[in-house]
Amino acid sequence: MPQLSLVDRVGTGALGWFESVGAVSTFGARAVVEAARPPYEIREIIRHIYQFGYRSAPLILTAGFAIGVVLSMHTRASLARFGAEAMIPAGLAIALIRETGPLTAGLLVSGRVGAGIGAEIGAMKVTEQIDALEVTGVDSFKYLAVTRIIALMIVMPFLTIMMDFSGIFGGYVAEAAVSGMSWQLYFERAFTYIDYSDIIPATLKTIVFGYLIAVASSYLGFTTSRGTEGVGEASTRSVVMSSMLIILSDVVLVKIIFFFYPAVSG
Amino acid sequence: MSAVRFDRVSKAFGALKVLDDVSFEIPTGQAFCLLGRSGTGKSVTLRHIVGLVRPDSGNVFVEKQDITKLAGRELADVRKHMGFLFQTAALFDSMTVGDNVSFPMERHTDWSSADIRERAMKKLADVGLEKDFDKMPGDLSGGMKKRAGLARAMALDPAILLVDEPSAGLDPITAAEIDDLLVKTKQGGTTLVVVTHNIPSARMIGDTFAVLHEGRMLASGTIETLDASQEPLVQTFMHSTGGG
Repeated sequence: MPQLSLVDRVGTGALGWFESVGAVSTFGARAVVEAARPPYEIREIIRHIYQFGYRSAPLILTAGFAIGVVLSMHTRASLARFGAEAMIPAGLAIALIRETGPLTAGLLVSGRVGAGIGAEIGAMKVTEQIDALEVTGVDSFKYLAVTRIIALMIVMPFLTIMMDFSGIFGGYVAEAAVSGMSWQLYFERAFTYIDYSDIIPATLKTIVFGYLIAVASSYLGFTTSRGTEGVGEASTRSVVMSSMLIILSDVVLVKIIFFFYPAVSG
Repeated sequence: MSAVRFDRVSKAFGALKVLDDVSFEIPTGQAFCLLGRSGTGKSVTLRHIVGLVRPDSGNVFVEKQDITKLAGRELADVRKHMGFLFQTAALFDSMTVGDNVSFPMERHTDWSSADIRERAMKKLADVGLEKDFDKMPGDLSGGMKKRAGLARAMALDPAILLVDEPSAGLDPITAAEIDDLLVKTKQGGTTLVVVTHNIPSARMIGDTFAVLHEGRMLASGTIETLDASQEPLVQTFMHSTGGG
């Protein structure tokens, strides 16, 4: 086989990348269209809400608490230089609610749920279970992908709120250990500078994260080949692709939030 | 009347031609065994019948409907009249055995949950698995999975049952049990399309036969026709006693 030049290899790689982006986009757009058509597979959606939400809660709560503690320690070290320790609760709450909570929740869910979706659908693909669904007269795309996408879009804002509050609680525990501040005072100071425009857009943007995680992971599951090796690869690539999509989309979403809520950027 | 008819079907995957101008007809209520070496297009033929694969050219008729022209709900409606026993059984591993068998009934009937459970239990009893209703597929042996797969394929009493390698990977006794179940199914009036390279098994189940080789139909007809064939490959095949 003739050796490809560097330009050819880069070109082939770029074309492959654009082809994948196109395929994932088509997959995601088809999911939106199919979601509006009956049957709505409510039972499956509820089952996935339980799987994704309830089962992710311990991870989210633990991670949120730890992040709150760490952020509080860092914030104290920074603000103490300026004698502004009283601002620690507000600073931490703003950081958590506006960005750290939603982004971290998205990345954690992409690791726990995204990998699971990729592996589960991938395993169904290589063991002919998707074909078995089709011959049973069930639309496998709708039954497996659309239900997961809807469930994760529903679950993400709730997990984000959990992350925010466990983080604030973690921050309080760290602060109370150092300064003995009461919960009531901490909570009051934390929410002094917080407005609905801080909470609502930042929390709702995670609906987009949920959509992206589920679309990317389902797509990789459906396109799995090469047996168990392919399943492992689908799982890993689900995490990588959905994490990248979350981070990239966050840039755009923050810009959109700033556009519609100028006060948030202030 | 024919249950399934292939009309000059060709199919290629990339440069590999899997089916080349294949035509055959399966009368209703008969068992048709498709024979041939591994990789000759037998399973692809089966997948054409249920619309999992579309031909590059030609038509596939299932009960007079051209399945190559159907999609979405229309295709799903035709599929309700067919059962498919996959080579690996393809049981849904997130559901119990009972739920696997109940699944087609839940999707396509308005029977009550109690009715569906009772019917699923009956289907499992037909294949000797009534005690395994609440087990997960992972807890079953290969032969039990195949039987559970057969119970699921028969859940809606389909007019046509497609079976991919029923005895593959099974010991001779379990394979014979599966063959018995398929013969009983045929006696119940179901049209069978069985893909196999196990000749003793095919002789037991089949009414008509066809041999595929490199995507082309090498011979077809009754067992007597194939036994009398002068084609060396058909001769080798028909006189083989191996299963699996």
